[in-house]
Amino acid sequence: MSTGGYERGQQHVGEAANPDADQTGPKNSTAELGAMPGTGGRGSAAAARDAGRGGRPGGRGGRRRKGRAEERMVPDATFTSYYGRPVVKAAPWEAAIPLYLFMGGIAGGSSLLGAGADLSGRPALARGARIGATGAITVSLLALVADLGRPERFLNMLRVFKPTSPMSVGTWLLTAYGPGAVIAGAAEVAKLLPVRFGFLSTLLEVAARPAGLAAAALAPGVASYTAVLLTNTSTPAWHDAHRELPFVFVGSAAAASGGLGMLVAPVAQAGPARLFAIAGAAAELAVEHRMEHSMGLSAETLHTGTPGRLMTASKALTAAGALGAALFGGRSRAGAAVSGLMLLAGSACTRFGVFEAGQHSAKDPKYTVIPQRERLDKRRAAAGAGTAETTQETR
Amino acid sequence: MSLDAKPERGSGRGADDGHLGLHQAFTSAGPAGPAARAGWPEAPPRKGFFTDTSICIGCKACEVACKEWNGVPQDGIYELLGSSYDNTGALGANTWRHVEFIEQRKPLGAQDTGITIGVPESILAPDVLPDKPIVDLGMPAFDLPSASPEAGERTDFRWLMASNVCKHCTNAGCLDVCPTGALFRTEFGTVVVQDDICNGCGYCVAGCPFGVIDRRIGEKSKHKDVPPVKNAGVAQKCTLCYDRLLDDQTPACAKACPTQSIQFGDVDELRERAAKRVADLQAAGVMNAQLYAEDPENGVGGAGAFFLLLDEPEVYGFPPDPIVTTADLPRMWRQAGLAAAGLLVAAAAAFLGGRRS
Repeated sequence: MSTGGYERGQQHVGEAANPDADQTGPKNSTAELGAMPGTGGRGSAAAARDAGRGGRPGGRGGRRRKGRAEERMVPDATFTSYYGRPVVKAAPWEAAIPLYLFMGGIAGGSSLLGAGADLSGRPALARGARIGATGAITVSLLALVADLGRPERFLNMLRVFKPTSPMSVGTWLLTAYGPGAVIAGAAEVAKLLPVRFGFLSTLLEVAARPAGLAAAALAPGVASYTAVLLTNTSTPAWHDAHRELPFVFVGSAAAASGGLGMLVAPVAQAGPARLFAIAGAAAELAVEHRMEHSMGLSAETLHTGTPGRLMTASKALTAAGALGAALFGGRSRAGAAVSGLMLLAGSACTRFGVFEAGQHSAKDPKYTVIPQRERLDKRRAAAGAGTAETTQETR
Repeated sequence: MSLDAKPERGSGRGADDGHLGLHQAFTSAGPAGPAARAGWPEAPPRKGFFTDTSICIGCKACEVACKEWNGVPQDGIYELLGSSYDNTGALGANTWRHVEFIEQRKPLGAQDTGITIGVPESILAPDVLPDKPIVDLGMPAFDLPSASPEAGERTDFRWLMASNVCKHCTNAGCLDVCPTGALFRTEFGTVVVQDDICNGCGYCVAGCPFGVIDRRIGEKSKHKDVPPVKNAGVAQKCTLCYDRLLDDQTPACAKACPTQSIQFGDVDELRERAAKRVADLQAAGVMNAQLYAEDPENGVGGAGAFFLLLDEPEVYGFPPDPIVTTADLPRMWRQAGLAAAGLLVAAAAAFLGGRRS
């Protein structure tokens, strides 16, 4: 109800500063304002008031509401905006970016599985994971370049190294990670080919393990930095998730890459992939649940519209995939494959869901205005009812 | 308005903030200002705008002058947005100054002009008044509309107008997150995109807490007569007329502003002017007159371009309490590091546990 306090507070300030305000009385209120074209947005105070106390802002019906938790998170949304227009801009990114988030997770997790399988003598798992990582990182790089406004200038990313820019850090991480992953993957592909290329093949075989280990050393960074890429923005739903999103993303990466391992390796060799996938899925589901509670208002975007459907699908697929992996993954190849596919699909839904939730939260001004207004009012109240007094004094 | 020939862009673009590393985003700029922090030796005084919206008349000369000088392409073809006289919409790649119009049923303030409704008495001095009754010739009245008996009761109304612009933050989100170093801090303490470096990754668009910068969309239709859009696919925003500053000229918008609503100058001096102006307005009883984005202690370390508003910031579409996203970045990196370590441990455990099965 703090937003209600905001309105009253605003009214007080006005009255203090303007002795004539009393003659206008209630006309000064936002209900009257909203009647004029465009004083408030679609989520304006007026709309909310017209809809009745506790009602949702007008024009936003049809949202699905999920349980008690969300009820509590959504305050009576009364706020002012400029014709309902966004305050912050949504990132000009399209499907290539969530696709990259998904593929980057597969690559990172698979490099870890590939290195482990290589060291522990599981050739089929090593083959599948290394080739998977190579494919995933290739798709990732293509997606990243394709999403640039000027793709031909992608190398400009390598002009500088900026720790303040997760994209810069990520570029250097991928630059360091890529060669190792590709060499390890190429070595596995070379083994499958009917012909040998003499010295080149020998070199690949020798280089495969060190290259795979080098990639594995950087793989956790590849899988986790993408969370910071999203959270280090002014996009409300992404920034608000900055405590938990890295854990959600590495969990999703483990689930997806473990699922891929179960898909490509025989049951006898896929044991670690199963465990990795189950642990990742469990972590993802648990931390995602916590994240929805710590995010505040913007968590709403994870439950509504397209991102809401994606997140629901993600949870169902991830849980079912993990359960399938635990029950059938060790018994039947078909069961393992189906579980693996579900885990992969669940991870993809997580990435697209989180991405879309952020885009939605940027496009609706309420997710920017309401939390900031509450923060500002709290600070002003703490400073000792600053504004009203100062305006009165200066009169 | 004298917009002289465009001078050559200065060669001084050396100071990529990128070379300064993590610390620069989280420290306040200090008395020397952001330019000194970015590595400019003997930087000139920081330049900025003080946009006093209380005297903005909504003429949009700033929008036009900005477009003309900077060669900013059109941002829509005669669209009517249904938002008072604002048919521009928002700041973006093709709008570097944006005049906003807000209609409110609120009194303007407690100002008393001393003029009574109808014909001012000072004009109707006794010796001027004719003895005979005035004959109605059917001429248009010179009275105020409110003087007619049909006018009804006067209602409260005020029109807020404001010219929005890039804030040129001390701690600039766009600059912090730029991965190419295309965005840089000039010697004037402003934040500018180098058009030939930017590869259009779009990160700055999401990084800006004010929704200012955007990626320019190119011309899709390849019609013969349509010239290709300059800098398509590249992030674009106000440069505070960097080219004009290098030539000791006032930025185009401030030069064109007929009421000095847009004031250009040294940020230190503008801050003093702003403080005095807001005190004057509050003393005159103007509701809610407040400075916005000016406080060096705020979430962006104080803006180089700040505003005097007559209502709360969100009424103008400004974020009420913006904080640069990189303020939380150390914590984010720590969380990511912990998550990465967790993934490594999980992978190791999976193989050690899997060995048993």
